[in-house]
This record gives sequence, C-alpha cells and structure tokens, in this order.
Amino acid sequence: RRRKRRRRRRRRKKAIHYSSIVMMIRRRSWRRRRSSSSSSSSWEGRRSTIATTTTTTTMQQQQQQCSSSSNKMNLFSAINNALYTALDTDPRSYVFGEDVGFGGVFRCTVGLRDKFGRSRVFNTPLCEQGIVGFGIGLASMGNRAIAEIQFADYIYPAFDQIVNEAAKYRYRSGNMFNTGGLTIRAPYGAVGHGGHYHSQSPEAFFCHVPGIKVVIPRSPSQAKGLLLASIRDPNPVVFFEPKLLYRMAVEEVSEDDYTLPLSSAEVMREGSDITLVGWGAQLTILEQACTEAAKDGISCELIDLRTLIPWDQELVEASVNKTGRLLVSHEAPVTGGFGAEIAAYITERCFLRLEAPIVRVCGLDTPFPLVFEPFYLPTKNKILDAIKAAVQF
Amino acid sequence: MAQQLCHRTRSLLRLSAIVSSSSASSSLIPLSDSIIPRQQQQRAGFAADALTVDVPVPFKAHKCDAPSLSVETSAQELLSFFKTMFTMRRMEIAADSLYKSKFIRGFCHLYDGQEAVCVGMEASLNQKDCIITAYRDHCIHLGRGGTLLEVFSELMGRKDGCSLGKGGSMHMYNKKGGFFGGNGIVGAQTPLGAGLAFAQKYLKVDGVTLTMYGDGAANQGQLFEAMNIAALWSLPVIFVCENNHYGMGTAEWRSAKSPEYYKRGDYVPGMKVDGMDCLAVKQAVKYAKEYTLKNGPFVLEFDTYRYHGHSMSDPGSTYRTRDEISGVRQERDPIERIRKLLLSLEIASVSDLKTLEKEAKSEVDEALAKAKESPQPDTSELFSHIWVKGYGAEAYGADRKEVVVKLP
Repeated sequence: RRRKRRRRRRRRKKAIHYSSIVMMIRRRSWRRRRSSSSSSSSWEGRRSTIATTTTTTTMQQQQQQCSSSSNKMNLFSAINNALYTALDTDPRSYVFGEDVGFGGVFRCTVGLRDKFGRSRVFNTPLCEQGIVGFGIGLASMGNRAIAEIQFADYIYPAFDQIVNEAAKYRYRSGNMFNTGGLTIRAPYGAVGHGGHYHSQSPEAFFCHVPGIKVVIPRSPSQAKGLLLASIRDPNPVVFFEPKLLYRMAVEEVSEDDYTLPLSSAEVMREGSDITLVGWGAQLTILEQACTEAAKDGISCELIDLRTLIPWDQELVEASVNKTGRLLVSHEAPVTGGFGAEIAAYITERCFLRLEAPIVRVCGLDTPFPLVFEPFYLPTKNKILDAIKAAVQF
Repeated sequence: MAQQLCHRTRSLLRLSAIVSSSSASSSLIPLSDSIIPRQQQQRAGFAADALTVDVPVPFKAHKCDAPSLSVETSAQELLSFFKTMFTMRRMEIAADSLYKSKFIRGFCHLYDGQEAVCVGMEASLNQKDCIITAYRDHCIHLGRGGTLLEVFSELMGRKDGCSLGKGGSMHMYNKKGGFFGGNGIVGAQTPLGAGLAFAQKYLKVDGVTLTMYGDGAANQGQLFEAMNIAALWSLPVIFVCENNHYGMGTAEWRSAKSPEYYKRGDYVPGMKVDGMDCLAVKQAVKYAKEYTLKNGPFVLEFDTYRYHGHSMSDPGSTYRTRDEISGVRQERDPIERIRKLLLSLEIASVSDLKTLEKEAKSEVDEALAKAKESPQPDTSELFSHIWVKGYGAEAYGADRKEVVVKLP
C-alpha cells in the first residue's frame, strides 16, 4: 500500500509539473503575439474542452492587479482567497454552511477553519431556511455573515427568508435595522451532467426582489474582487458562482485585497454591429460566438453584466445606441428569465434606434434535463445563428 | 477530531460486538446464543419451514412498547432475503463500475450496506402500502417491483428506464408498486409522505405510507411540519429515518443536538432498530404498521451504514476512517449475517448459496447487457410531460444541421 501511495504521489507531482510547464509555455507565446496591454488574462480548460480565449480588459484596476504579486488560480482558489481576505480584515465576519469545515464540496473554504477557528468557520446542519435565517439574525446585529448554500438548486427553502426577511428588513424598520452584512454564496449553472437538481440558474427569481443585490462573476480575478465587494457592500447580496468554472477557469489573480465595483457592467470586447449581454459561464460561449462572427465580418460588442440587480442600465443603453442591436443570453429558461427585463428596458429606452428585434438565446422552457442537456443549453451555434439573423434583419 | 473519529468507530464496533458475541472469525460457527430453531421438532423437508429467530440487538422504544425479539420467519423467506440482498449488492457495485466508465453520468447515490432496511421492510408490507424516499432509491425501486433492466436503463438515461430515461438515478418511480420516488431535494419528500397517508386514510385503503429520510434530512423543518400534521390528523404514516451516521460529510453528532432520531417526534412514538439485521427490520415494520393503522404516525430509526461515499463523487474516506468502514463490513454486513444464519440453521449449504450468488450475478449481468443496448430517448421527449398537453415543439441539435426546429 505504501508503495502504491508513493507511486501515486509521484505521478500526481509529475502531472502537475507538466501541466504548469505547458501553461507557462502557452502564456509566453501569447505575450509575444500580442503587442499592447500588459495585463493578460485567459481561461484554460485543463482537458481542452473549452477553446482558449483571451479577453482584453479595459479597466485600469485590472492592470494594476496583475502588476503586483499575483498567482495562477482557478475559481475556487480565488473564492478561497477572497474569503480568507474577508475573514482576515474583519474580525466580525463568519463563514458557515453545509460541509464548509473540511473545505466544502467545491473546496472553496479549504483551510479557513484551521486559520480562523471553529467559532468563525463552522458547519451547519442540513437546513437552508435555517442557515439563511440564522445569517439574517447575525447580520442584523452588525456582523458579516457569509452563508453558503451548497447548490443554488437548494436555495428555495431559504427563498422566503431572503425575499421576506433579508430584502425588507431595512425598509420595514425605517432604517433602524438592516441585513447589509449578509452575503449568500451558491454555485449555479450547468456542469455537463448535473441533471435537474445540480444545474439550475435561479438568478431570475431573486432579480424580482428590491432590497437585495445579485452578483455573478465570470472568471477567478473577477470573482475575488466582486466577492469582496459583495461582502463589504452594505446591502444583502446573493452571489452566484458558475460551478462549471471552479476548476476549468485558470487565471492570474492578484494576492492583494481589491474590490471591483458593483452595479457596473464591463465591456469585454468592443464592436459596432451588435451588442451581446451575458454573465457567468455563458460569457465563454458568447466569446466563442463573437470570434466566429468576426470571421463573417460581424463586429460584436460583448458586455459582462456582473451585477444583475441593480444592473448597469446606462452602459448597456449606450452600447445599444451605438450598435442598434441587442442579444441577451443566459442558461435559465427564456420565459421570465432576466433577459426579459433587459429586453423590455432597452426597448423602452432605445426603441427608435433599434435595427432589429432584441434576441434572447436562452435555455428552453423545460425543467433542466438530464440526458438532453446539450439541446437545452444556449450553445455557440444557436447564438451565432441569432447574431446573423439580427444583423441581416 | 481524531479522537472523535475514534469514538465514532468505537461506538459502531461496540454495536457490532453485541451482534457477533460469539467469535466472528468463521462463518460456519453457529450463532447458538441467539437462535431457538424449531427444526429440531419438525423433521420434514426444509423448504417452507417456519422458524423463530431471536434478534440479538434489543429495540429501543420511545412512548410505546418494544415488540418481542423473537421473529417469525421461514427458511424460504431467509433464502429470499439472501438472494434479494445479494442481487441488490451486485447491482450497486455494477452501477459503481458503470459510473466510473462514464455510462452513468450525473449523480449516483449507492445503497450498498443498507440493503437490509429495504428487504426487511418489504417483508412486512404489501402492495397497498406506499413508500417515498430520497435519492438513494435504486434498491427500494427493486423492492417495490421494479426490474433490474429498468434500473440500469434509467441510470444510463435510456428509453427502457422506469422514468423513460428522463429522471436518472435520483428519480425512480413505480406506480403499480406504490413507490413514489426518488426525490432530489433533501427532506422535501416528508410532507409528501404525509399527504399520501392522508389519501390512504381518506380512501380507506388499509395501507400505510413509509416516508424515508436520512440523518441529514432529520434536521429539516419540513419534517417536523409533516410530523405535526400527521399526529394532529392521525395519519397512517411511518417516518423511517435511515441513520447511516453521515449526512454526506457531516457526522450525526456534529449536525444534530439529539442524534436519537426516534425520539425527535416527541409526541410521536418511535423505535430504534438495528438496520443491518433484516429480521429486526421486518419485526419493527410489522409492529409499526399495526400501530399506525390504529393510532397515527410512528417514527422508526434504522441504525445502518453505507460503504460507499455519499455519492460517486465522494470518496467516503475524508470524514471517516477506512478502518471504520471495513470494521462495519466485517462485523455487521447484512448479507453475511443472513449467510451465517442460513449455514448455521443448515437451511442451505455453502454450495447452495454459491449457486444463488451465481444466479444473482448472471441476472445482473444480463440486465446490464440489455440496458446497454437500449436506445436513448427521442429528442421529442425533451418537451413532453412538462404540462399535461404537449408543448408542440421539437428540439434541434447543438449544431442545428441535423434536425429542423418547429416552434409552436
């Protein structure tokens, strides 16, 4: 047995070593090709199932990040880093949820209990309503409660607490009490084999509730900044993490304590023919579609919404005023999804400017299927077709 | 942490020590301390011999009387227990290897180690009773009349599955057998079970509902709501807690203030039973059924254990030691227990049991081969059964070149 363990350890070390060398080599070659921006961030699928893409960032903050000490991290390490920073900087912050003690099912809370102790990082029993209710109580006493719901599919027992208690506390008490310190983190989204109850995207339900914020990051460096901002924001935040990207997305993330602004969307790619809006893991697919469309001479502007409510209406409106066309894409079912809100608002504001009807390429109106997942999801080709139809309208 | 783990192992092994009070090294040594066979009186053929077997671990009762420890059974029944449990074990292990070779995708929660609960329950139930459980439902589906082909096809998402391939591992149902699934959300099935019992009482069906949940779900608020309603309206529901001591990665002593789940009903009477002993389970369910049909809800806690992790993505060894798992497997395995019983009572010889095992293995292999040949469901099934009437839409493939879309 000992021999087997040694052999396994050696093999693992070799594998890690090889893959890190490969990634270093790839990155060096990209730097040579690209002439401008010093900051580079890229996603890499470890088994190369997702094509490698590069995103040009326009925010100065991100350039500053990469200049100081930074580390190659994937999404769960970035979240871990953010939680570490949050717990380090505020002695009255707590992380709790099901199985967070040993590190959590996605390893987002690894090492926190050892560093900060069982009184600040603790497991809860299996009761989502209890977890969020408990978090609301903690937050209303002025603490930062960072609750983890193991999968977003399980957030529904806690829905009443979030909508009726957390969102309305400040309003109904006339600003005497508030649950600003509450942050609820939940992994969401399709993962390839999740089935009905490990793949849902419930963000639309929460976008209908004034009083809370909904934040969804697209990459590790974004996740760290947005999570720290969400934790420190004086409003309750529901933070959805795209579980597909926990291991798949690898990026240089700064070790510093930085936050990214909430309610501020980001233009990932400038264009002039059509505006594409998305969030979370769907942005990879949208980017691939942009690259393909560029081959046909269609210049796409890609926007990452980042915060779903309150969303950056001005930026999207300005973009649509420039391009005249809009496409929204998300994994949640199309009817009543958040794309509907964006479409309605933009129609109101940019009606005379629009060259084509606003397109929503989203999940189908079915329960998230098990075997039929590839048919259900809004794939690159569906988006590409829609882009072409809109441009040729 | 290590100390607490040791405590856990020790307490589990203490239980197994009670069971195998005589030496457990050889399976041929009779459990003479605990058996009073009537065989000595009846010299006729073995097949349908009625027996009384004493169950070693006493029942712990809460607000009710414990049933007697002598269980009425027969040689045929014991042999069927053995065969069924062995088939279930083989099925779960086949599912394990299917998952690892990527035939099964998604989530797969295996029941091996807990077979005695399912088989013992079925021995005291009939078709008028309903069962509803959580996601660890492959074996319960079999027990309620499902076939191996249905289970394997459903696991692999094929047409011949019991839910037409649309449910997967966690959603197996059997209408004729009164099996209501197969539910993914933890604890959500408990109020549903109370509802089933209400229907049974209202329609005077003379059956009970067994609502199964685990030690993790025992902390859900919905369960207590269901217990309150059931007690208030005297519904014939038995709340069955399959206590395998770990709610995924969290041990019961770390998630529950009171790990005595049979007492959690408070005003609802309850009983704790050794869930690795088929006969004890049978006796307890028989007693609970009689009680419930007259007096209202009952809570049964089965002290059981699962060898695999929570699901196939969980190795099962990060929160418990391998010694603990192998200790329970050696001391308390339900199949081994029945095997020892059969051999010591001389109902079957080692070669008879081997024949039964071979039969079970070949059944499982056959069903598996057939299931692999079964086709995937049609793409039209993506839109069927959402509401009662069809959606009128057809799906198109990921590259939109193969099937044309026709939206309503």
